[in-house]
Amino acid sequence: MSESHDNQHAHELTNVPDPAVVNDLYADPGLPEHQWRPTDVDAHAEKRAERQVATLFGLSAICTILFLVSYFAFDIGDDPDVVGGFGASNLFLGLSLAGALLFLGSGIIQWARKLMADHEIVEYRHPAASSDDDREATLAALNAGLEESGIGRRPLVRNSLLGAVGLLGLPAVVALRDLGPTPSQVEKNADYPGAGLEHTLWAKGVRVVRDVVGTPIRPGDVEIGDLFNAEPETLFNGGEDGEPLEGLALQVGKSKGAVVMIRMAPEEIIPGEGRENWSVDGIVCYSKICTHVGCPISLNERKTHHLLCPCHQSTFDLADSGRVIFGPAARALPQLPLAVDEEGYLIAQSDFTEPVGPSFWERG
Amino acid sequence: MDTTKVAKTNATTAATAKKPNRAGAVAGWADERLGLATAMKKNLRKVFPDHWSFMLGEIALWSFVVLLLTGVFLTLWFTPSMGEVQYNGSYDQLRGIHMSEAYASSLRLSFDVRGGLLMRQMHHWAAMLFVASMMVHLLRVWFTGAYRKPRELNWVIGCLLLILGTLEGFTGYSLPDDLLSGTGIRAADGFVKATPVVGSYMSFFMFGGEFPGESIIPRLYTVHVLLIPGLLLALIAAHMLLLVYHKHTQWPGPGRTEQNVVGFPMLPVYAAKAGGFFFMVFGVTALMGALFTINPVWKYGPYDPSKVTAGSQPDWYMGWPDGALRIMPGLETHIWGITISWNVMLPILILPVVMFTILLLLPFIDAWITGDKRDHHLLERPRNAPTRTALMVALMTMYGLFWIAGGNDIIAIKLHASINQITYFLRVAVFVGPVIAFVVTRRWCISLQRKDNETLLHGYETGIIMRSAEGGYSERHLPLPESRAYAIAARDRDPVIDGHPGAEVDANGVPAPTGGRLAALRHRLRTVWYADNVQKPTPAELEEGHHHAEHEHELQAPVEGHAADGHQFDGHHAVEDEHLRSH
Amino acid sequence: MRLLNRSAGRLSRHRRGPLAGLAVVLLGLLMTGGLYTVFSPAQAGSAASSEEQIAQGRELFLVSCAFCHGQNGEGLRTQQGNGDETQFGPTLVGVGAAAVDFQVSTGRMPMSRPGAQAPRKPVAFSDDEIAALAAYVASLGPGPAIPDESDYSLEGMSDEERQQAITNGGQIFLTNCTACHNFEGSGGAMPRGGAAPQIRGVEPRLIYEAMLTGPGQMDSFSNGNLSPEEKRDVIAYLGSMEDMPNYGGFGLGGLGPVVEGMVAWVFGIGLLVGAAVWIAAHTTRSTKKKVDA
Repeated sequence: MSESHDNQHAHELTNVPDPAVVNDLYADPGLPEHQWRPTDVDAHAEKRAERQVATLFGLSAICTILFLVSYFAFDIGDDPDVVGGFGASNLFLGLSLAGALLFLGSGIIQWARKLMADHEIVEYRHPAASSDDDREATLAALNAGLEESGIGRRPLVRNSLLGAVGLLGLPAVVALRDLGPTPSQVEKNADYPGAGLEHTLWAKGVRVVRDVVGTPIRPGDVEIGDLFNAEPETLFNGGEDGEPLEGLALQVGKSKGAVVMIRMAPEEIIPGEGRENWSVDGIVCYSKICTHVGCPISLNERKTHHLLCPCHQSTFDLADSGRVIFGPAARALPQLPLAVDEEGYLIAQSDFTEPVGPSFWERG
Repeated sequence: MDTTKVAKTNATTAATAKKPNRAGAVAGWADERLGLATAMKKNLRKVFPDHWSFMLGEIALWSFVVLLLTGVFLTLWFTPSMGEVQYNGSYDQLRGIHMSEAYASSLRLSFDVRGGLLMRQMHHWAAMLFVASMMVHLLRVWFTGAYRKPRELNWVIGCLLLILGTLEGFTGYSLPDDLLSGTGIRAADGFVKATPVVGSYMSFFMFGGEFPGESIIPRLYTVHVLLIPGLLLALIAAHMLLLVYHKHTQWPGPGRTEQNVVGFPMLPVYAAKAGGFFFMVFGVTALMGALFTINPVWKYGPYDPSKVTAGSQPDWYMGWPDGALRIMPGLETHIWGITISWNVMLPILILPVVMFTILLLLPFIDAWITGDKRDHHLLERPRNAPTRTALMVALMTMYGLFWIAGGNDIIAIKLHASINQITYFLRVAVFVGPVIAFVVTRRWCISLQRKDNETLLHGYETGIIMRSAEGGYSERHLPLPESRAYAIAARDRDPVIDGHPGAEVDANGVPAPTGGRLAALRHRLRTVWYADNVQKPTPAELEEGHHHAEHEHELQAPVEGHAADGHQFDGHHAVEDEHLRSH
Repeated sequence: MRLLNRSAGRLSRHRRGPLAGLAVVLLGLLMTGGLYTVFSPAQAGSAASSEEQIAQGRELFLVSCAFCHGQNGEGLRTQQGNGDETQFGPTLVGVGAAAVDFQVSTGRMPMSRPGAQAPRKPVAFSDDEIAALAAYVASLGPGPAIPDESDYSLEGMSDEERQQAITNGGQIFLTNCTACHNFEGSGGAMPRGGAAPQIRGVEPRLIYEAMLTGPGQMDSFSNGNLSPEEKRDVIAYLGSMEDMPNYGGFGLGGLGPVVEGMVAWVFGIGLLVGAAVWIAAHTTRSTKKKVDA
């Protein structure tokens, strides 16, 4: 016993710096003499502190009762009670709960500060490491175990074990495979219109309609300087029997099909190669989905035709094929080729000619 | 074997060592079944040193408890489903609108469950405080050198807690399925898709098909209420166990050495202070929930992939990678039919991983450069490790600049600035700023070290101007009180770095191996690490300094006691029994 | 009465102008006509915008607007140093009375100097001067008229219809407006120092006019884009947001997570670190020694 203790002591010395190294200038004056608090030496002060703490606990109890009262007293829902412009229920529940907790907490702390014994005490540290003896014994046990298992001597057993256990990691990964279909499966199954990364609800002849209300748009409705937040009409009539799309089909459809349409003076448009007939009388239509990480964008500057993304400030020039002029996006906004159908409404000439939204590896 | 407690008779009374009081009776009952006395013997009176900065981690601990409590309340009403429903609750402006069940139940919690809005707001505020206090705690640990041996692993656990807390926050604020959280998930889809080779597959697996799918909210919910909280709990337990095992670090001072820990016992003082602090944290969270609106989901409206709001930002702890994303130039490579989105990958997939890895490795990098293998239980003042301090300030500066970038649109409207110019400025500043911060902080620390030495050698400035008989003026210096001088001088001397690698001797007196490019690099780094540091005075210098002070004292002797002598009220001495001398 | 006094005072300051005499003569007419315009805003070409009003408007226009917009509101283009032609002041032919009423009633016009963003300032003209200016500009070419209160009021609707209007307006608002003006109408940043202003607390008439005319860089939402009913609904929604109590406490400017983060750090962490300092602070000490009983 004493031997191991000595060992531990020796270990301590090599591991912990000698105090002289830490302070070679002054001798340690030692812990200062304890100074008493007024509450320790003065009975009046002690009583006062006691009353103070008890008052805090009392206030806490009152606040708890106020919480219960507020819970039943203040209405929420259809006709909420309002105090000073605030929702009364939230305000009073919160304030009374805060009061109950803060008074309780400060009472306990005040108790500790003023009344509990405040003699600092000293505890000695031990090195985090075990004693040398213990280490040796553990190592010996470990080695004995390894030796007896023969894991070192039997490489065939060891390696086949390692291989088998390593392989067990694969089911853990593979079992997650059915979290979702692959992009190509989604496209092939086509469970809803416009399925797949490369497709949207747009197609030849699909009308451009106003978002929210779903009414078709004539070129004459669009004035120079107007910005339309628009959708493919399929959203409103693409379901069974011409019903609006719902649920997943609606959400996915919107997430790829949303467009912005603006009109500018035709001479302001710098037509892109092969895009000469994509606009109708200065009306141009672009995907609303940012090519950076996919936020919908419709912050347009009327005079410059610059479209800004509110998420990361990529800026696109809608007069110039949606070219990126600022920010982290790298690709132009996909443009929707427009035409007018026989009834005089704006339609798409085709789907987008490239995938909308953020880049992905196999996009090309 | 201790047989004193084994029953010797068939009597119905328990065999106890001695008759205990009431608390003892309970403890005895428990001990006979759990045998806790051995473990509790020391731990009930475990000593914790008293310093405000040691309580910062506690804020994180207690806000986590608040998160658990309020979170359980929320789960009772929240429906993690993306199924479409028509809203028929109390909030007029959205009545009749189609939305997900998740969003409808968030509205129900806010408007039709008494106290539901309070709990939602408290949960959200507590989450913000949780991550913030972890970061403040991390800074304290770094700046005081508390991460050094034997506490490196606790640093690693702390870093894991920080990243898990951040992810927990992200999964949490994505759940209500309002316009803002949906926009966040959509951006996350963009990040995932930018992953090389498997990006689109990962996105489809995550969302159970094409974005937004119908699975992401239930999946995030499981991660948010089960997976991450479980990991957090386990890691917090490990963090606390190691804290108890290592015993807390302490500031050097009279009687406080590497071998001991001085402070108040766990029972009763620390139990009371920590318990009281829990109620304070809980109370402040309740106060914030009562007074400040956070995430008013009803105003954002349900998520709709074709809508967006200006000021779309993540919560603050996700702000810095979002800022990096904002100021990154639009680089993308299109080659051989594939697309590599550097503009998304670098700032959001690579940068955070790199920053986090650096953070995780900091203690080991420090130990490798300094070659310090000793145990450390005494804290170092930030000024006494100028390079360490400057390194963290540089990282903080970088973080802060990315953070600013994350709020560049709000800054632009509030300061009437241009987002374009802010972005151009930050593109440069994130590289230049940290360098400037590093240099300034380092020099600042070194001058503080110099000031410390001045005070040790020549005493502190009393602010009393003395006029000598000849008419010359001088400021009176007085020696520091013993305990203060001891505390200032209680620091290691930096090792002397010789001109060539391998010349140093490590802690065990073994010369470091020479040669090798790694050794050369390490030598260069070590030289930089300690360069220009000011050492504390040698005993000889101190001796001379005191001598000099005495000499000065002699010169001033003629005026001693004649001029104002207010120095006893300068805060360096106890004032009792001292009076202004009457003339 | 106050209104009339104010306009009289304003006019007297313009007496130095060459046609000041005429303005004074017009005063009597304006006292009746001006009041009428205030309560029943001018319609382009309607009987209300009398020849005299247009003449007064032209007078004011020449003094305050023509420098940038040209003598006849035809706009002014100037050469920049690099040879690019930039618009100094756009043409006002066809912008209509609504645009004038919006720009001048919010103090945006006259601008102190040309620039991308016209900030809101104290209003420089009296209500009937604005009406006169609007009448003059409306006479330059057909354009949107100043909306009547009946265009954007929910007066005379049943509770259910009101409810419907507000809900619908919310959807239109979130689709068309929040992108720039934020979910609470707190405003947002636009490229190169531009900003979409705060629209919370702005008069319904001005919001209607802004949608109709697209002031500054804002897109217009003509009646072919958002129908008059939809515009009315947006205004109804904004009004309902205004009337709504702050359910969760202070709104923190309605700016979203950035401000929330600041509050968490400054208020939350500030208070809790303060509490930590208090908990660890040493209490007062006494010089007395404890007397063992």
